[in-house]
Amino acid sequence: MFENLQKKMASVFKTLSGKGRISESNIKEAVNSVKLSLLEADVNYKVVKELVEKLKVESIGAKVMQSLSPDQEFIRIVRDELVEIMGGKEPVKLDLKRNPAYIMLAGLQGSGKTTSAAKLAKMYKEKGRKPLLVAADTYRPAAIEQLVQLGRQIDVPVFSGDRKNALEIVKQAKDFAIRNIHDIVIIDTAGRLHIDSDMMAEVRKIHDMVNPDETLMVVDSMMGQDAVRAATEFNNQLELSGFIITKLDGDSRGGVIISIRYVTSKPIKLVGLGEKLDNLEPFYAERYAGRVLGMGDVLTLIEKVEKEVQGEEAEKAAQKFLENKFDLEDFLQQLKQIKKLGPLSQILEMLPGNIPKENVDIAKGEKQMKKMEAIIQSMTPQERKNPKVLNFSRKQRVAKGSGTSLQEINKVLQSYEEMKKMMKQFKSMGKKKFFGKMPFNM
Amino acid sequence: MGFFDDLKKGLSKAKEAIFDNIKSIFKTNKLDEQTLDELQELLIMSDMGMQSADNILSALKQRYTQGEDALKILRDIMAENLSCQPINLSPSKKPYVILVVGVNGSGKTTSIAKLAKLYAQSGRSVVLAAGDTFRAAAIEQLKTWGERTGATVIAHQNGSDAAAVVYDALVHTKSKDKDILIIDTAGRLHNKSNLMDELKKIKRTIDKEISGGPDEVILVLDGTTGQNGIVQAQAFKEAVDITGIIITKLDGTAKGGIAFAINTELHIPVKMIGIGEKADDLKIFEPKAYCSALLGMEESDG
Repeated sequence: MFENLQKKMASVFKTLSGKGRISESNIKEAVNSVKLSLLEADVNYKVVKELVEKLKVESIGAKVMQSLSPDQEFIRIVRDELVEIMGGKEPVKLDLKRNPAYIMLAGLQGSGKTTSAAKLAKMYKEKGRKPLLVAADTYRPAAIEQLVQLGRQIDVPVFSGDRKNALEIVKQAKDFAIRNIHDIVIIDTAGRLHIDSDMMAEVRKIHDMVNPDETLMVVDSMMGQDAVRAATEFNNQLELSGFIITKLDGDSRGGVIISIRYVTSKPIKLVGLGEKLDNLEPFYAERYAGRVLGMGDVLTLIEKVEKEVQGEEAEKAAQKFLENKFDLEDFLQQLKQIKKLGPLSQILEMLPGNIPKENVDIAKGEKQMKKMEAIIQSMTPQERKNPKVLNFSRKQRVAKGSGTSLQEINKVLQSYEEMKKMMKQFKSMGKKKFFGKMPFNM
Repeated sequence: MGFFDDLKKGLSKAKEAIFDNIKSIFKTNKLDEQTLDELQELLIMSDMGMQSADNILSALKQRYTQGEDALKILRDIMAENLSCQPINLSPSKKPYVILVVGVNGSGKTTSIAKLAKLYAQSGRSVVLAAGDTFRAAAIEQLKTWGERTGATVIAHQNGSDAAAVVYDALVHTKSKDKDILIIDTAGRLHNKSNLMDELKKIKRTIDKEISGGPDEVILVLDGTTGQNGIVQAQAFKEAVDITGIIITKLDGTAKGGIAFAINTELHIPVKMIGIGEKADDLKIFEPKAYCSALLGMEESDG
């Protein structure tokens, strides 16, 4: 594990070699990896193309934050832009004005409309409202029965009328809602294809009849390139007020969020995160930007590093190094810095590229770091300052004191030498906060 | 109406089908960078993924010589990258057991209904096991289809043990000397290990009762699925060793291109495709016709 970190450090140092601004050439690789990453996440091809071009133009010439490489800076810009596209940092709330307020759900087959309807009803019931569910899917066998059963589970009445004609059901439901003083009416409609003109006409009629406060398209987060087309068509026909993205408890990267928001400009209002009826949550764009980019939460990691690795200490170490005085004591401080970032497993999770945990023995890595600490702590101050004095007998003493072996002590010394060497290459950069980039590389 | 017409009808419902563009691309009769870029876009828009698209395009570059019909070559290369192994519609083994799995909302129950109808049409007696004991009204949905297709439905209460239903259905099928048993299961996301374990248990139940285990383990895959489809197929393959996939909802504008990736990377063949909500909208998958339809070619181009 530790070796891996060092390798990463080395390549970060390499890319860093004194580039303060983003230029077309020093982000070439980053542009390609962002492109590929977005495509792998199922962001629509055309959207990816436009987006990347736009970002390139915007970012070229931009100053690079001190602690980042131009590559990383570009990716940071991309992430910020994705957050922006996805609707900014604050979640968008449902806007229910009237009494009763109407929420209508529409979408393709199997996207999760019925489950979402029940989740919405539960959410509002818990807020002290009096919701009514309307079962207007008269096509799929047992769809109405499904909503009726869900309604029973959450103790919300379900209106299903004659169970035959969706328009008629909705019409009667309006009266029913008013008579029974429901303040929110949630209409579940049948799944339909955006190119099925008869079915789209039906859903448009329902929409026009109730003029909903919220017309939400329910979209499966696992959807691919075609999502753009379906969303555009639903939006054209129904003037959507937003989307519910479902099945986000799966492991899809959810690029569909970017695509549909980008082409329709309509917000993502809620996300479905499980089969339990309370797994419906507001949409926080920031949480999904990293997921779509497939870069874990590397930027959180950057922020953490900046916060935890105090500038002053880093400066001090940098200074020491410049004077060629970087010793084992400083090495020990570094180990402690890494530990401050949290358990390795957590750091690993924040790293890009979905590193399969099986490939990295975290426990072993952490143990090794602990051992390194113990070894250095078993040395005298003199030994820490000048490791060269460590002869055989001294090493033997250190081994005993730290409960390790000579071999392991040699390994620590080797790591220390490697680090020193790496820092020599870094010397030309002067006193920068180079400790800020330690554990990762994009 | 044959497979091609059905599919073509579905795929051409979208007026500005993206693959219409291809013909104009090839009018130049050159395979230059720009043409290849456009082709890449078209292939990626079918959800086949970057890797598959690149593989297909480099094969095209290799095989293409000036003046040839590049569209046809492309179609053939694409078709070669898809293997089809239709479900055995007249099995001699009895009972013939099909286990159907997939994520939520992919179209398992509807596909099962369509399969039941196909078998019923060829004079087979069909039993359906209502193994989705989780989703509200899933049992009722299957029962409705049972009535429509004449299949016997074996079901327990909602919330009961799925493996127990499957066991009962197996016993019933054997004792009543029925031909076909199709087992419905609850939709589950492939990253939920407890639900995947439940699926393994169902499979073990079948393995115990039927020598050689289920004859088919079918993953039902929503045709609109993007790159996550490959992760799904991988996970279900590891859990219950799927023998093939049914791609559903190909009557929309989605192209189901993820099948290419699943095929080449995981060697899982396509069994059938779903092109509508009616009970006969399940067709045997024909790679060449499928690729022709994808590329907006006429059947006679064949």
